[in-house]
Amino acid sequence: MAKNTNSWFREKILLGMTPRDYIISNFNVPNLIAAVILTVAVGVMIYRLLFGLGPSTNLSDNYPWGLWIGFDVLVGIALAAPGLSLGTAVHLFGMKEYHHFVRPAILSSLLGYIFAVFALMFDLGRYYRIPYLLGWSWGFTSILFLIGWHFFLYINICLIEWSPALFEWLNLRKARAFFNKLAIWATIFGVIIAGGHQSALGGLYLVAPGKLHPLWYSSLLPVFFLLSAVFAGISMVIVESTISHSVFKSKLGNFDHDHFDKLIIGLGKGAACGMFLYFILKIFAIADADNWAYLNTPFGYWFLVETLGFVLFPVFLFTSGARNQSAKLVRLAGLLTVLGVILNRLNVSIIAYNWNIPASLKYYPKWSEIALTIGVITMLVLAYRWIVNRMAIMHEHPDYESVH
Amino acid sequence: MGISRRDFLKRTLSIAGATIIGSSTAAHALNTANERNWKLWAKKAEPHYPPHEDRYGVLVDTTACIGCRRCEWACNEWNKNPNRPIKEFEASVNQKQSVFDKVRRMHAENFTVVNRFISSKDGKPIYVKRQCMHCEEPGCLSACFVDAFRKTKEGSVLYNPSVCIGCRYCMIACPFDVPGYEYYEALNPQVSKCTMCYDRITKEGGVPSCVEICPAEVMRFGKRSDLINLAHERIRNNPGKYVDYVYGEHEVGGTSWLYLSSVPFDEIGLRTDIGKTPIPKTSKGFLFGVKMFEIVAAWPLVFGAYYAISKARKKAKTSHETSAEKKGKGHGEKH
Repeated sequence: MAKNTNSWFREKILLGMTPRDYIISNFNVPNLIAAVILTVAVGVMIYRLLFGLGPSTNLSDNYPWGLWIGFDVLVGIALAAPGLSLGTAVHLFGMKEYHHFVRPAILSSLLGYIFAVFALMFDLGRYYRIPYLLGWSWGFTSILFLIGWHFFLYINICLIEWSPALFEWLNLRKARAFFNKLAIWATIFGVIIAGGHQSALGGLYLVAPGKLHPLWYSSLLPVFFLLSAVFAGISMVIVESTISHSVFKSKLGNFDHDHFDKLIIGLGKGAACGMFLYFILKIFAIADADNWAYLNTPFGYWFLVETLGFVLFPVFLFTSGARNQSAKLVRLAGLLTVLGVILNRLNVSIIAYNWNIPASLKYYPKWSEIALTIGVITMLVLAYRWIVNRMAIMHEHPDYESVH
Repeated sequence: MGISRRDFLKRTLSIAGATIIGSSTAAHALNTANERNWKLWAKKAEPHYPPHEDRYGVLVDTTACIGCRRCEWACNEWNKNPNRPIKEFEASVNQKQSVFDKVRRMHAENFTVVNRFISSKDGKPIYVKRQCMHCEEPGCLSACFVDAFRKTKEGSVLYNPSVCIGCRYCMIACPFDVPGYEYYEALNPQVSKCTMCYDRITKEGGVPSCVEICPAEVMRFGKRSDLINLAHERIRNNPGKYVDYVYGEHEVGGTSWLYLSSVPFDEIGLRTDIGKTPIPKTSKGFLFGVKMFEIVAAWPLVFGAYYAISKARKKAKTSHETSAEKKGKGHGEKH
């Protein structure tokens, strides 16, 4: 029996190597860098837990939310939208040709949400009370309440969507078949739930009309956040698949690269449509509030950098990439779009927030905040790699037929 | 870091100990006023909606303030916040370099601050006391995701530290930058703010401690509706002395604290660009929309998906059959 478990462990966890070989195989430069980052980040986490937010962050009464909310949660959740975008396209709109992207997309959504919530725990003053939100004290008038519950539901939904891969790995046929049936329903509810909270993240700032710069503040904020999450999700798939297809080449088997490039171009078309709509709505929002005069101020120039440089310009790249059948151009556009969404979330939550207070009171992140954020991203990447190396994410499991 | 290893260990152990014992015993090293007032309210647990007709307010006449800062001292004293001798507060008005050099805001351990501005009319200093405005429809209350705020029938907006998770969204939502946070509390940090001395005003004849100590009769405590009438009366009876506007009568749907001023309000640090819409209204429409979407739009999506699945299944079946037939034929031909 003991021998049996040992071999299971070796097969499943150590990728068929002896413990010694496994450890040796992991001695390389990227892992060494990851280890250094994690050591610092875990140190910061412990420091935060022991000494509080004051010493470990630059947060103040003027800036109650900093990098941990602005980046780890707002950016993190927007970039964790691949599951929403691809899940909808494949399962609801029946675009089966993108089926190949669904499992990586769902995995990145699952891990994105888990690690966003993990990072959030360090930002909450009394993190240990988080169950209160679910079952003790309900603030029905709060947008944050909606988000909290939706995060909880959506993580469960992603777990169900991802579980077939887990059960294939564990070789549990019955469980796999059961959850495979559930997965389609989970996707449908996932679309509703994810749409609800992606927009609600923008809705968070509806209560701060006096604090957020008029160019960013709009009653359309929830629509902007939802739309940008959808095209951020598509762009993330473009960027992520490009990276993962070169890193995990061995996982792909005989893979048709021309077909893959075509699909990437197709994704780019979808993203471009969403972004163009987003751009038009942004203009409407400015016209509606008659904020044209703000464009000729420093904040206005910054706004133009965001909307022209990181929305309109990528739209042109996407379209010209589609016309010239150049996957390279589409990939570049995808990268720019992802950067643009990051910029947008940081603008809303930090840079254009409290735009009218004196510069000396402005927030900028402390090194420890940045270290924790980088640490959490590293954890996410390591978890992603660990799972992809073991489970059928990038390819179909040979023992199981596809449901599609 | 400047702490010895022994200190570090001690601190670590005491925090770990506190975690095990639970929040009740170790709680609230800093501020106790919010909890005390909340418990007082919880005993009565009177409904807070709709707003009570006889709710209180305070009228602040900024033209009368002499900048003695005794209200700050009295507030700290009553609410058991960290305090200094009253002389130090009184002295700052005559000091060349003083706390007045910077515009200050409320923090976790100061529920009220007095700021100095220079009048654009006559160049003389204007002193403006700030504290929680106790909104008629509080933004903090609607923003809180664990429902930790209450508007009492007396008009106070109270905070309940015993359910707070510490998300600090109330601080984002407050249009007057009132709530402060105990960032240096590692285990039990609280939001904290002025309670309009709920524990005093609920007693017969009680007024907030800042109102009681004021030597210049800057503040007037009373029913909000009476105070609004009084404020307009003062403006009418003293032509040219005041700007013809009562700050707080309509700001973000109205506040319990009302201000009179001789210069435009944005010159004395009271924001005039926050509008008249109550903060809860800014998010209400969206929340309603999301709920409607999730309830109404969910069903067509679900049925549409079900239809798509069953259709796909049928298709798969037929294509399976035809491909099987083809295969069969092929085999037949070969053999």
